[in-house]
Amino acid sequence: MTELIDLVLLGMLAITALRIIFLKDLFAVVMLFGIYSFLSALIFVNLDAVDVAFTEASVGAGISTVLMLGTLALTGRKEKTNNHTTFLPLLVVVITGAALIYGTLDMPPFGDPDNPAQQHVAPRYIQDSPQEIGLPNMVTSVLASYRGFDTLGETAVVFAAAIGVLSLLGLPKHEKAAIESGLKSHLVLRVVAKLIVPLTLLFALYVQFHGDYGPGGGFQAGVIAAAAIILYALVFGLPMATHVIQPTLLKALAAIGVLIYAGTGFASFFLGGNFLDYNVLASDPVAGQHIGIILIELGVGVTVFAAMLSIFYAFAGQAERANIQ
Amino acid sequence: MFEQHSPVLPIILPLIAAPICILLGRSQLAWLFATFISALGFGISIGLMLTTLDQGVLSYSLGGWEPPWGIEVRVDAASALVLCVVTGISSLVLVYAKESIAKEIDSSQHTLYYTAHLLCLAGLSGILSTGDAFNLFVFLEISSLATYTLVSLASDKRCLTAAFRYLIMGTIGATFILIGVGMMYMKTGTLNMLDLAARISEYDSSRTLNTGLAFILVGVSIKLALFPLHMWLPPAYTHAPSAVSAFLASTATKVAVYVMVRFIFTIYGAEYVFHTMGMDTILLVLAIVAIFKCSFMATVQSNVKTVLAYSSVAQIGYMILGISLVSTLGLTAGLLHIFNHALMKGALFMAVGAVLLRTGSVDIKAFQGLGKQMPLTMAAFTIAGLSIIGVPLTAGFVSKWYLVTAALEQQEWTVAFLVLAGSLLAIIYVGRILEAAYFKNPAEGTTYKEAPLLMLIPLWILVFANIYFGIDTSMSVGAADTAAQWLTQPSSSPATALSVNMGGATQ
Amino acid sequence: MSFIVDYYNYWIVVFLMMAGFYIVISANNLVKKIVGLNIFQTSVFMLYISIGNVSGGSAPIVADGITRYSNPLPHVLILTAIVVGVATTSVGLALIVRIKRAYGTVEENEFEDKDDLI
Repeated sequence: MTELIDLVLLGMLAITALRIIFLKDLFAVVMLFGIYSFLSALIFVNLDAVDVAFTEASVGAGISTVLMLGTLALTGRKEKTNNHTTFLPLLVVVITGAALIYGTLDMPPFGDPDNPAQQHVAPRYIQDSPQEIGLPNMVTSVLASYRGFDTLGETAVVFAAAIGVLSLLGLPKHEKAAIESGLKSHLVLRVVAKLIVPLTLLFALYVQFHGDYGPGGGFQAGVIAAAAIILYALVFGLPMATHVIQPTLLKALAAIGVLIYAGTGFASFFLGGNFLDYNVLASDPVAGQHIGIILIELGVGVTVFAAMLSIFYAFAGQAERANIQ
Repeated sequence: MFEQHSPVLPIILPLIAAPICILLGRSQLAWLFATFISALGFGISIGLMLTTLDQGVLSYSLGGWEPPWGIEVRVDAASALVLCVVTGISSLVLVYAKESIAKEIDSSQHTLYYTAHLLCLAGLSGILSTGDAFNLFVFLEISSLATYTLVSLASDKRCLTAAFRYLIMGTIGATFILIGVGMMYMKTGTLNMLDLAARISEYDSSRTLNTGLAFILVGVSIKLALFPLHMWLPPAYTHAPSAVSAFLASTATKVAVYVMVRFIFTIYGAEYVFHTMGMDTILLVLAIVAIFKCSFMATVQSNVKTVLAYSSVAQIGYMILGISLVSTLGLTAGLLHIFNHALMKGALFMAVGAVLLRTGSVDIKAFQGLGKQMPLTMAAFTIAGLSIIGVPLTAGFVSKWYLVTAALEQQEWTVAFLVLAGSLLAIIYVGRILEAAYFKNPAEGTTYKEAPLLMLIPLWILVFANIYFGIDTSMSVGAADTAAQWLTQPSSSPATALSVNMGGATQ
Repeated sequence: MSFIVDYYNYWIVVFLMMAGFYIVISANNLVKKIVGLNIFQTSVFMLYISIGNVSGGSAPIVADGITRYSNPLPHVLILTAIVVGVATTSVGLALIVRIKRAYGTVEENEFEDKDDLI
């Protein structure tokens, strides 16, 4: 059954990808990309990767699509026809694809529990992490503890992206805007948004603190919280949103999140452990792991929320500027 | 108490300093702080180098989880050598940057510049010290994202298209590496480099592993700008702010060369890569084409930064040439050239940045008559240029010497001859600039002041290093030689090292 | 037949990867290039998740009565990679916005003509 669903979804993905190649309307391309992302999230669910599906849905179909649409608003929605030769790219792709197919011929069979990937390192995470870390969600255990250094790097990447976008686009000035923006005149939207925004924020908090037990965690929570404010900004206008959460505050928050994470690592230093060794944070190792994971997930959540929102602010500020001119 | 943590400090110090820079806000403070952190990292790296030369490998388990379950930071002589280069150049560039970016980058962006520089430094240090293949990808992306930002900070609009092209090529490269790592994981079930090495050696040959290696090599080749995948590099180095060009040209591509060395020698093993897959011939040919094609391109450019950028691609050819000779001596020459080339290219880009600051242009015409007007800058440029050519008593000569010796050791007479012939092209492209500076008269009525002291000091430190390491080679050659021994000895991979490794943080 | 059952997933994923890769290197419009890059990367994520799949397994969250779990490690790696992907995307899009402002176009062949791109 899993295989059948997998096959159908993969087929739909292939159709979507092919359609994107030939479409000239960029708005449709971005929308199809959102669909592509959602379909891959479904595949991830089907293949038991619930955390990944959650992230892909919120990031690929959510944030990425919003940012792409924001860019299109500034750059125009039509791709011009060009007389580029398509032969060379096609050749490169065919060669690369052939190399990959050659590589697959020797791969372990799909889904076989005896595959090397399932044998060596992974069994410890599955068998021992519930005792060593004390969390039912193995993905969170591996992410935050065994491979916590990767996640620190990931937080730094998000921070670096925020720095990059800020240096390129700058943050919108915090001022009472002269022009009326947003969709405030739509009564239905306004009422619904007022209802949804607090609920979304509540959900973000749930995802943040429930990530230890179910799918979720700092990253997903940060994105969802940012999405709530983005919705608010879309309906009530960017100036209102920047009034509620100021851009300069976001910049500081993005930095503080990384500091919380790295600071937790340094705390382990001073308590006599290695960097990011949470065992030493409390007298009982499992309790220590718990404290450490809550702290670093908080750091991730804060940085992701602040970085994603400030990136959105930067794009929206550009659009606002373009409207004024 | 920090002694035992020293392997991880060069990564996390800049990583934690970057957000602090943002919180400091004022660019003066950010500059002081970033320079201090970078210098601290340099000090620690030198300490690491001395320790590794003395005791061998240092291993540090992050989170206290022993590898391969946790991530390991692993510093040996090769990583420590490149780490010293990266942190050292970073510190000098930061000192230099204060005056240099004042004119080239909008003043509201200065704090962001220092933050991005620190992030890039953290990423590069992470690549150099990590012992985990996936972790390497993460740090590669930190440094890449910071690099795109740094390149796009220049005021010239062409930096934007350069940065975009860099971003597309760089991301394709990183994704290729990701595919390769996935294939390795699929066959071995592990991500730790040593563990991978042990498990890969159990396979004689496997299509999946071969494809994985091919993707990793192509991905890394994009990152290190190996001909013909170098197209992103010349625009990026030409249009980036001078301080950024100086930093990237002497560190980023070198780190990518290091990654290639790591994957070839530590993970797959030279035997597998060169004999089973025959990569040595491919690399050798590409390296030689890179040397000639790009040296030639350098001789016909009018923008001096572009000349230096093409020269960089050619010099990378020399490093790959050393690796492709498949011998300890060849690898020594390649590693040595990483070190020496950082000294020369750093100095050359710094000198050009000083000229840009004073004359407002980097066109070869702007150099006319500068020999008299900016004597210190141009003297530095001349010495570093001689080093690129490979004139005796400079660091460049030592690299060339070892390359030629390594080629002769393998009876590769043609290769040895081509290395020397490549230097002739270097004489032309360096000579053109020197001719303009010393034998042409300046345009009417233009007088330029000498560069400010804060730029001259780091520049001249590098120039002295070029001379020092050209005369006293014991330190640089010793380190490169130890590193190459370590990488090529068969026992550095599987069993013995892994048992050391199991001790985890105890070392 | 078992050959196809064993590998069909990888083959389609390779096709998707190459579709994305083709868009990146052939598209003339910069926004479309970024879309292609995302498709390329998302498809690589599918390769990783396929590696970790265990038929008859369950999501790697401890629950009563379940004995076989999927491999959590590829999930963790891909969580990180997704974040890296969105970071690259946002910087790339920001560059596009600036390029549009500086050049007045986001079609690659149009600004190459005006510019001495080397």
